[in-house]
Parts: sequence; structure tokens; C-alpha cells
Amino acid sequence: MAALLETRGLSAFYGQTQALTDVDLAVEDGGVTAVLGANGAGKTTLLRALCAMTRREGAIFFDGKAFNPKAAEDAARRGIAHAPDGRGTFLDLTVDENLRLGAYTRRDRPGVGADLERAFAYFPRLKERRGQQAGTLSGGEQQMLAISRALMLRPRLLLLDEPSFGLAPLVVKDIFRILAAINREDRVAMLIVEQNANLALDLADRAYLLETGRVALHGPSSAVRADEAVRRVYLGY
Amino acid sequence: MFAFTHQVLSGLAMGGVYASLALAIVMIYQATRLVNFAQGEMAMFSTYLAWAMIDAGAPYWLAFFLTLVLSFVLGAAIERLVIRRFDGAPVLTVVIVFIGLLVIINSLAGWLFTYSIKSFESPFPDTARFGAGYISPHEMGAIGVTLAMLALIYGFFRFTPLGLAMRAAAQNPISARLVGIDVGRMLAIGWGLAAAVGAVAGMMAAPIVYLDPNMMGGILLYGFAAALLGGIDNPWGAAVGGFIVGVLENIAGAYLVGAEIKLSVALAIIIGVLVARPSGLFGRVIVTRV
Amino acid sequence: MRDAPAAATPERAGFSPARVAAIGLALVCVLGLPFVASGYQTFQLSQVVIYAIALLGLNLLTGYNGQISLGHGAFFAIGGYAAAILIVKFGVPYGVAVPIAGVVCFGAGFLFGLPALRLGALYLALATFALAVAAPQLLKFKAFDAFTGGVQGLLLAKPKAPLGLPLTRDQWLYFLCLGCAVPLFWAAANLVNSRIGRALVAIRDHPIAAETMGVDAALYKTTTFGISAAYTGVAGALMSLIVGFVSPDSFGLFLSLSLVVGIVVGGLASIPGVVVGALFIEFVPNFADRLSDVLGESAKAMPWAIYGILLISIMYAMPSGAAGAARKLAQAVVWRRREK
Repeated sequence: MAALLETRGLSAFYGQTQALTDVDLAVEDGGVTAVLGANGAGKTTLLRALCAMTRREGAIFFDGKAFNPKAAEDAARRGIAHAPDGRGTFLDLTVDENLRLGAYTRRDRPGVGADLERAFAYFPRLKERRGQQAGTLSGGEQQMLAISRALMLRPRLLLLDEPSFGLAPLVVKDIFRILAAINREDRVAMLIVEQNANLALDLADRAYLLETGRVALHGPSSAVRADEAVRRVYLGY
Repeated sequence: MFAFTHQVLSGLAMGGVYASLALAIVMIYQATRLVNFAQGEMAMFSTYLAWAMIDAGAPYWLAFFLTLVLSFVLGAAIERLVIRRFDGAPVLTVVIVFIGLLVIINSLAGWLFTYSIKSFESPFPDTARFGAGYISPHEMGAIGVTLAMLALIYGFFRFTPLGLAMRAAAQNPISARLVGIDVGRMLAIGWGLAAAVGAVAGMMAAPIVYLDPNMMGGILLYGFAAALLGGIDNPWGAAVGGFIVGVLENIAGAYLVGAEIKLSVALAIIIGVLVARPSGLFGRVIVTRV
Repeated sequence: MRDAPAAATPERAGFSPARVAAIGLALVCVLGLPFVASGYQTFQLSQVVIYAIALLGLNLLTGYNGQISLGHGAFFAIGGYAAAILIVKFGVPYGVAVPIAGVVCFGAGFLFGLPALRLGALYLALATFALAVAAPQLLKFKAFDAFTGGVQGLLLAKPKAPLGLPLTRDQWLYFLCLGCAVPLFWAAANLVNSRIGRALVAIRDHPIAAETMGVDAALYKTTTFGISAAYTGVAGALMSLIVGFVSPDSFGLFLSLSLVVGIVVGGLASIPGVVVGALFIEFVPNFADRLSDVLGESAKAMPWAIYGILLISIMYAMPSGAAGAARKLAQAVVWRRREK
């Protein structure tokens, strides 16, 4: 199957410091790819590099064509939605306004309306809090908002940065269940960066393990899950 | 009692001018965390443009709206050509750039229009309609124009997609980019709008204080006082602050300190707010993390 | 005559014949010009010296210590008025009035520096800007008219050369200003190169780190404000002497902005630079005035147009200022060492 997103030799830098080295990675069309690793391994940097939020070298291909973003807006315009680390919520705007902003680049108003209802169907709690200031939402609700806002773009690819961060286990399970549904029903491909390896591997069909900026291991998620080192260090058994 | 009411109502008229200028200052502050020291000169220059058009025979309201459009363009151009090059520069650098803009615009006006004082007509007819004696037609008109403009700006930011995008870009530029907003373009538009708002302030003030290149110096100070009083990150606070400052200026001038040193009221408000309550009446208290 | 040791300390390498000649020439000019120049030109040179002192004060505060002041004209005014009031209303001899004016300004600066401690850079700029705009009006405050002379200001008699020295008043005043400038410059140079000077720069560049290393930032900052105001105040006092009057409208916003132009053009955090800055703000308006005879009244706008363009261009060429440029240089050195 042709890869929707592919990177070849991707390296990323913060100033003089190199945070990613020579990463070759792929996400299938409609598939889910997980990126695992410890703190500082370069997972967030990977997503940032894809959105031109940090200096990078190497090639990126999206939908078969070369993708060379100069600024973060370019990613959204190509159909790549990014729910960043820390959620990136517009805290002073309402839930409704946050969602509408997700659809900023779209021209089809009825489509946007339909997608808004879809988001509320996945996350009824957001519908309840529609007119509320987003900053007053709980952590879990803000994560739901971040995912929904990204979906409002009607993206081909969804980048998720640590969706489980700081959330209670039950809430996280709920969110991952919904992510699976979104992937199944709306055929949205996903690239998920996660510290919670268990949940990520359950959701994903492929996985990459990053260690100090390099790909240490990759393959189908079942294979990665079965790997001794991964089991011991990241899965805890 | 008559005198007091008159002072209050005149104060509200000039207060409208201060409110407009304060709004422009806050709009730029919200988007950039910077204070536009050149806002007054920009407003003065816009007023001269209007004067030139009227002098050439254009009807007042045509000149008014054309001036708004021109001011928008000039404001956006200044952001794009000058301010943008200093993105991320230290505060001292940017302050100096603003001062540079201030003196360039001031001298440009002096060169193009000379330093002689000119009169600027008010569009509001001489015959007083109501409140005869308490308030002049122009003062009433100025309050009306200010309120209309404030309502339009509010509606723009609250109800239009572009207004929403600009608010988003100001609050969280990174997230704004991620949803596809061209933050740079939002900044330029913001500066353009602020310049247009400032132009309204200038055109409402000119019939009262007369037109000369240095007319906006004191008014800018009141604008700053209003913006700080209302809370420099709160546009509606700034507007309310403007009206309060306008009335305070008149009352203090008439009953406390004398009309010659009214500016000291602005100075006192500025220093007072900065030292005692930096977030102003309606702003947010910002905690700086060490 | 023994040769200065060449390789030992780089600072000592400077006694080459060329350098001695240059210093000698400069001394001859500085000391001799008043005798060949006209009275008015000597007066202008005195103004250059005075501006240099004022700029030195501002540079200590803004250039070295990072506290932005857009309102130093106010201290210039306080110094000028303090001296004038002492001389005219209280008969104090000018030799005593000038230092007292300096002390008064130190107090004023220190007092202003106290609330300024709580203001971030931008808000301090705003507050000092407000001070500069309001200053002329404050000086016209009716209640103080008896002292300040109100709108008309105060007239002073220009002092004569003492001890029957064969100097004109302009020449004497020039040497008086020079005589004040030399110790002030010497003191400033020593301050800047001392531990205190380094503390000031540390506070400017890394305020939190400086505090954790035991630098009492509050004390340093308010004291620097005081010293800076004192310098500018002394300049103002001297100016009132050589001009012969003080009036509220000569101390407006544009005076404060001229001082800012002076330190930017001369170079932030540079002591020799203030001389360049002073020459600049003294002679550019003069030059433009001359041009206006040719190009018409509107040429009066020219100096400020030039100032504005220069301010923006200099900031563009060196966005992080002299400090940033020095830091980049240091960083480049460190990286090169690491690569080895």
C-alpha cells in the first residue's frame, strides 16, 4: 500500500543542537503509526519538524508528492492537522470558537457544520460545554477539544502529540477508543507520539521506537510489542 | 452645577478620542506585546491626509472614509516593512524603532504640511440640537462616532471569521499557524485596523485642538493612561478607561490642578497604575514565571 | 626611554608614535579650539561637552544597565532649574550651584528609580515617555511660579572668567564644562570597568542569574538611576549657565528623544561613543538649519527625519545591540574551541 506520509533521512535541530538524526518513517493511508520512546528521545521534535516548527534537513513526501513546508500553516493547508503537546488550546476563546478555527482553511460551510456535529457525536461533553471558555475545561476535555479541532480540518493525516499526557487512565482509555473509531469510520490516518506504549501499540498497526533521536526499532506493532527490550523497558513486563 | 455637567460632557467627548486611541494601542499590544509609541503620530498624519482631501474640495465624509482606508494601508505597510524585521528583537531595540517611527512621521508631516496651525472642520452642524450649552454639536458627534466605531470593531472581532482568526493569532500564534492561519497577515491587518481607529481619534480631536504636527503628543499620553487604566490587554477596558480619563482630566483641570498642567493628570494615572495595579481595572494579572 | 613590553599585556601596546601623535593632536584641538573659533562656535563646543556629559549619564542607565529612559530630559531640566533657582533666587555662586544641582538630581533619580524597579523594560519606557511629555507643563505649575519664573522662566547672568584670566565668557564657560567633564568621564570609565560595572551589565543581560549570584539588583538599579540622573542634571545645570536662561518649553519630549538618538548613534554601552553622539546631536540640527535657508522652511523637519532613519537603521544592523554582537562573537569563539 502506498504510504501517505514518508520521511527519508529526516534530521531536526534546535539551534546548534541536533535532536533527530536520519529518521526514515512511514504512515499508511488510513493507517495508524505510533512513535514511542523515553523523554527527550525526539518524538515531539519529529512532529514539529513535519510542521516546519523547527529547522530540519532531509526529505518528506506526502501523498506521493514532495512536501517542503516553510511555515506551520503549510501543513494545515496540505491536509495535515496537528494536535500539539500541551493541547494548544485557545484558552480565551469558547469551545465553539476553537472548533470553528480548526476549519479555518475550509470553504464548504455546510461541510463544516456537519463535521461540527460529528465532533459532538464523538465527544458529547464538548457539546455540553459549547459556549464555555476553553480554558475552564478539564485536561481530558481539552484533549478532546484538541483532537476535535484537528479533525475539523478534515485532514488526511492527524498528528497527535502525547494525547495521554496528564490524564487519568479511564479518560485516556476513552480517548483512545474514540481515536480508533475515528480511524475506522472516517479513514483518517494518524501519527501518534506516545509515552504510554501499551495503548499506542494497541491502536497502531506500525510502530517506531526512537532513542536519542534515532530510530532504534520499527515494524508492525505486534512485532514491536513482542520485542524483548521493548517489553522490558517500555511495557514493564 | 451647569459648569460641572459641562465639564463632564466635554470630558466624555475628548474621552471618546482617548478611548479610540487607547483601543488602537491595546489592539497592537494584544497582538505583539508591544506598545506603539508612534500611534499618536500615525493618527496625526492620517488627520492631515483628511485635511488635504477636504482642502482639495472633497466632501467631509468621503474624505473621512478614504482616510480610514489609506490609514489602514499605511498601518499594514508599516508593520510589514518595518516592524516585522524586528520580530523577536529585545525590548530596547523595538522601543527605539518605535521612537524612530515617531520622529520620522512627525517630521514627514512637518515637511509636507508645514508647521503652521491649521483649522479642521467638524462635520457636525453649528446649530445645537439638544443639550444647548451643555455640550457642543461636535462634542456630541464625536461621542457618537466613537461609540459607533467601538460597536463596529466589537462586532468585527466577535462575529466575523477574520476577527476570530485575528483573536486566535494574537492569543496563540503557534496554534493559529497549526490551523492554517497566516499569522503574519493577521498582524498586518491588525496594524491597519489600529491605524484606522487612530485616524478616527485624530479626526475627532482636530476640530477641538487644531491641526499641527505636534497635536497628538498630549493626546497620546492620555491614550496611554486610558489603556493602562482599563488594562492594557483589554480593549473594552481601554475604551472605558478613555472615557474615565477624559472626564477626570476636565474635572481635575477645572477644580484641582488648573488647566495649564492637565497633562500631569495623565502622568499621575500612568505612574499610579503601573506602580499600584499594573493590570489596570479590567485587565488580567500576569504572573511572570522565573 | 624604555620600550613598553610588547606581548605582555595587550592594553599596554598602545604607545606607538602614531597613537601619541593622535592623542596630542586631539588635546591640542580640545584645548586650543576656543582660541581660534568665534564666540558662537565656542558656545557650540561647550554644548557638545554638555551633551556628552548628559549622554554619559543616559548611557550608564540604558546602555550599561538596560533600564530604558525616554525621559532623561526631565533630569536635564531639574538640573538646569535647580542651578538657576539657586543662583537667581538664593544668590548661590555658580561653582557651588552646579554640584548641588547634581546632588538634587541624584536624589530625584534615586526616588524615580524606586518605583521603576517594579516596571518591566517596556513599562519603564512608557513611564519615562510620559515624564518627558508632561515635563514642560509640570515646569509651568502655577504654585511654583515664584521659584521657576513660570512660562517665562529664569534669566541668569553668564559668569565671567575668575581671577582676571584673559578669557572671554564663552571661553571660560567652555573650560568650565571641560573641567567638569574630565573627572566625570574618568569616574564613569572606572565605574564601568570595575566589579560594579560588571554587576550592572549582568543585571542588564541576566537579571535572575545576577540575583542568585548575590548581586543586590534593587540597590544597584536605583543607585544607577541616581548617578545617571546626577550626570544629566550636572549637564543641565551647565547648560543653564552657558545659555543664560531656563524656560519650560526648552525641556520638551524632543530633548529627551535627542538624548536617546545620541546614545544610539554613539553606541550603547560605549563611553567614547558619547562624544560622537554629542557631536551628532549638536551639529545635525545646525546643518539642517543652514539647509533650510536654501531649501525653505520645511527643511526644519530634516534633522528629525534623519534621526528617525538612523535609529531604525542602526537597530536593524545591530538588532541585539552592542551587547548582542559581543555575545555572538563570544559564542562563535566558544564553538570554534569546541570543534577543536
